[in-house]
Amino acid sequence: MTDRDDASPMLRLTGVGFDYGEIRVIDGLDLEVARGELVVCVGPSGCGKSTLLSLLGGHLHPTRGRVVRNGQSRTIYQDGGLFPWLTVAENIARGLPRETAPAAVATKVREWLGITRLAEFAGHYPHQLSGGMRQRVEIARALAGETDLLLMDEPFSALDYQTRNRMRRELVATLAERPRTVVFVTHDIEEAAQLGDRVIVLGARPARVVRTLALPAARPRTPASPGVADAEHAIMEELGLT
Amino acid sequence: MYMGPHSCATMRAVPRWIWPFVTGAVLLVAWWIPYDRGAFPQGTVPSQGAVAEAFYAEISSGRLIDDTIASLFRVAWGYVLAVVAAVPLGLVIGRSPAAAAALMPWVNFFRNMSPIAWVPFAVVWFGIGDPPAIFIIFMATFFQIVLATAAAAGSVPKIYYRVAEDLGERGHNVLFRVTLPAIMPQLVTALRVAIGVAWMVDVAAEMIAVRSGLGFLIIDARNGLRMDLVVCGMITIGAIGIGLDAAFARLARIPSVRWGFER
Repeated sequence: MTDRDDASPMLRLTGVGFDYGEIRVIDGLDLEVARGELVVCVGPSGCGKSTLLSLLGGHLHPTRGRVVRNGQSRTIYQDGGLFPWLTVAENIARGLPRETAPAAVATKVREWLGITRLAEFAGHYPHQLSGGMRQRVEIARALAGETDLLLMDEPFSALDYQTRNRMRRELVATLAERPRTVVFVTHDIEEAAQLGDRVIVLGARPARVVRTLALPAARPRTPASPGVADAEHAIMEELGLT
Repeated sequence: MYMGPHSCATMRAVPRWIWPFVTGAVLLVAWWIPYDRGAFPQGTVPSQGAVAEAFYAEISSGRLIDDTIASLFRVAWGYVLAVVAAVPLGLVIGRSPAAAAALMPWVNFFRNMSPIAWVPFAVVWFGIGDPPAIFIIFMATFFQIVLATAAAAGSVPKIYYRVAEDLGERGHNVLFRVTLPAIMPQLVTALRVAIGVAWMVDVAAEMIAVRSGLGFLIIDARNGLRMDLVVCGMITIGAIGIGLDAAFARLARIPSVRWGFER
């Protein structure tokens, strides 16, 4: 079941399991995510990372166990999460509560267009933007609404290497200004080690946490930052890639 | 026959709007030459001059305008009623597997039935005049639009609904702020096809159930062996068909719809 209480942590999963028909996708998964923490989730392909995010976001309900989420969540997808019939500004405005006054909507949208450097594209439609720009709009829409919890499902995996690196830096900078709790799913080990406060490694299906790695708090990180190389090595070892 | 790169370059250099006039001129010549050489039996194909005179006489007398207005009136009623009834039903079928299971076989059953098959009922139920023609137009377009709307609503990517749920959209807001705008490109295409069907069916219905309109003009002219008037009616029908299609094609240029045509 999915419940809500006002106590910390932001997320608590206890003995969570999820089956797609006969297939046991997740089993016996325990996890806590503190408020303001950025937890990166890595695991082998098809292990159930995206299913886990759907459970965290309340889009799926666990077959077994319990998910407690203390706040509103928004999911940022790899691509295609923007409404294609709305402009950039209108998409961001959709992120705001419906009761927001029109003047406040305009102010907030302008602010987020500035933060994401999309002011000159306010009237453009998603199909007129590059992949990186679309992701910036998604992030702006998710953060504009003062959401407590961001769930990011391989948000940068469709981008080229340079854009991906820039988007990571921009995410880190945006979160430094406006802290949020984030669960970030990726298959990119370098990304996991550079972004996370904590990296959880999921085992092959049925998924459960097989290892948790705490990383130094300082961000932004580069491959040369303390602890990053060790974390990458540990993740690769756990995934059987060494 | 491959005409070589120079021919292609020439075609590109000529403005596109000229080409329909060029092909139209070819058609006129293809009509005129055999007519001039007496290739057609007497009274089967009119001369271009006779058609032009018929046009002048029909426009001068006001009959062509009256018949055109009568036809457009019936199409407007039948089509609008069909859209108003079909789009909500299509949305229900597209979003509800239970409704789809119960209703789709019947939508397909009636969709595949020629609208002319409804003529006996149309005349028995509504008599002679506008109502039977409107009824036939309705029956011809309603099931087409239901099917297109249902298919479009059923194929809206789930991700939009998940995002909408995250953004706090509930109930009818999801319908009006997600489903309807998401299906708009496909719906515009379906409406464009349906207006063409409505126009075609109207002409057929007017040959049977009414005593005015372009369909009646044609059948009345045939009864009087006035093939010049028949062609006059046909040209008017074709021209209005192009106009209706062009008007509906413009819907695809609306910014919030255009995304569906630019991928």
